[in-house]
Amino acid sequence: MSAVTPFPADARPLLEVRQLSQVYNLNRQKLFAPRPKLKVLDSIDFSVRPGEAVGLVGESGSGKTTLTRMLTGVERPGEGQVLYDGVDVWTGGEAHEKLFRRSVQVVLQNPRSSLDPRMRVGTSLLEPLRSLRIEGDHAARVLEVLDQVGLDKNALERFPHEFSGGQLQRIAIARALMPGPKVLIADEPVSALDVSIQAQVLNLLKDLVRDLGLSLVFIAHDLSVVAYTTSKVYVMSSGKIVEVGKPLDLFRNPQAEATQALVGAVLSVEAGLAGSALA
Amino acid sequence: MTTSAKPHAIEVNNLVVSNGDVTAVRGVSFTIPQGGRMGLVGESGSGKSMTALALMGLLPMGWNTHGNILHDGVDLVTQSDKALSSRRGRTLSMVFQDPLSSLNPVRRVGDQISSVIRRHTGADRKVAEAQTIELIKQMNLPRPEQLVRAYPHEISGGQRQRIMIAMALACYPQLIIADEPTTALDVTVQKQVLRLLNGAVRDRGSALLMITHDLPIIAAMCDTVAVMYAGRIVEIGPVQEVFRNPRHHYTRGLLDSQPTMDNIALDGSSRLVSIPGMVPPLHSLPTGCAFNPRCPAATDKCRETMPELGSNGVSAACWHPIQTAGEVAAQ
Repeated sequence: MSAVTPFPADARPLLEVRQLSQVYNLNRQKLFAPRPKLKVLDSIDFSVRPGEAVGLVGESGSGKTTLTRMLTGVERPGEGQVLYDGVDVWTGGEAHEKLFRRSVQVVLQNPRSSLDPRMRVGTSLLEPLRSLRIEGDHAARVLEVLDQVGLDKNALERFPHEFSGGQLQRIAIARALMPGPKVLIADEPVSALDVSIQAQVLNLLKDLVRDLGLSLVFIAHDLSVVAYTTSKVYVMSSGKIVEVGKPLDLFRNPQAEATQALVGAVLSVEAGLAGSALA
Repeated sequence: MTTSAKPHAIEVNNLVVSNGDVTAVRGVSFTIPQGGRMGLVGESGSGKSMTALALMGLLPMGWNTHGNILHDGVDLVTQSDKALSSRRGRTLSMVFQDPLSSLNPVRRVGDQISSVIRRHTGADRKVAEAQTIELIKQMNLPRPEQLVRAYPHEISGGQRQRIMIAMALACYPQLIIADEPTTALDVTVQKQVLRLLNGAVRDRGSALLMITHDLPIIAAMCDTVAVMYAGRIVEIGPVQEVFRNPRHHYTRGLLDSQPTMDNIALDGSSRLVSIPGMVPPLHSLPTGCAFNPRCPAATDKCRETMPELGSNGVSAACWHPIQTAGEVAAQ
């Protein structure tokens, strides 16, 4: 098995955010009081190089989802820049924004709610090509992508309710692959799946990164799952990146308090059998 | 069958739960001794939650129970709804997965706990309120006097789940059923809640039935484990034995598909062993062993005849149980 790093160590980041901050206004506590502000992202620097798999972990409320919204261009940052291939996606012109939109695709947590229940799978898969106005042989592309995620072509005529959770997540991954992205952003892609299926989907994501040379941003709360899929992990806590490192280093020698809390929260069968899991 | 001399917290014999042609639980038997802790592991559709609901007498409309559920000297299957209702919260109680949808949103959490105490012990309001505050203190919750006056939406998920646990434990039940009690919680809170449940159950001497798909939780909390697949228990035994030397190929697969620090290689070349295929739908189970289409060791016998627990002298329902290192050496 080849274990070479698929990207040169000094490669330019493909997707990057610089000094990103975002403030939300909360509801007034009193009638004439100013609206309180909440800094959900605080001077975030984050980057992914071509072919690299990075993880993003943190407790709920740490800002993971907001950062994902920035990375995918769903939300415009208050301060700072989102760069794709070195160019700001919000000020870089229409052609560059189009390139960014098709090159960064997302897979969400629950495929049952992210696939339209009334749309045949085949139609769902064609949606990104239609909305991004991508020309070409769509039928051939659908078959190619289905093959990449390990689904049969008779899936195309069926509806989402006819599939199990694991198959639906494969379909959601297939849809994300349709426009030929360079970066795949996966937000908790396995936490809604059964244990025996989680491993299948994690292996699939890993294969795609290797075979297609994709960059992967893997967002999760479970450090061991992130460690399995990625080679670099960012730890977030209350809107800040508090630690960056290789997954095993973070596990063995966590520095930040938030990392220590996450590492301490990992339960393993071994620790349980040894009677030390809840100590 | 006569009840044994020392009564168990619960004894389930050949439990079947069905709705017309669909059978969710297909003959499940287990016993939990007083103060014992059993884990029930399985994936969605394995029938583990239906088993729990059958024990509580809380099955949805249209579902019927057959078999025996012996608890506190009676067979729960034959009890009236009224009799079951007076037991729930008193001799057996349940902690559900999502506290936000199982707490009453328009009642203060303190009132919800104290009404359980008043109903089952007949204590007056003052006494019940004092006991409620004492319980909340035991749950390591901050400012109990203020917290009893809070509504469920005003407190965090971890706090809500502790309120649920307090409610379940209020009347010192013989058996507590916890159905995925930490799945809806944040990872860092999960361990705190488990630790609390662990201590609270131990202090009361209650038995625990822990239902989850999370094997590390079972390893941490339970002394026996039953693995369910497609409505049947496919392996049962002491946690230490089953998790160290699984006999059923499904148990082995579940253990192997957990990412741990040991099976992750530094160079990213590692792969998780995954179980191919998926759980079969209840209305079209394969003949023979239900696991045979996904099993690495399946033979024609597996496709024809369904194995029973113990049919090969091991506590796994398998025609070709995995051999332990000792058995391999002996051959």
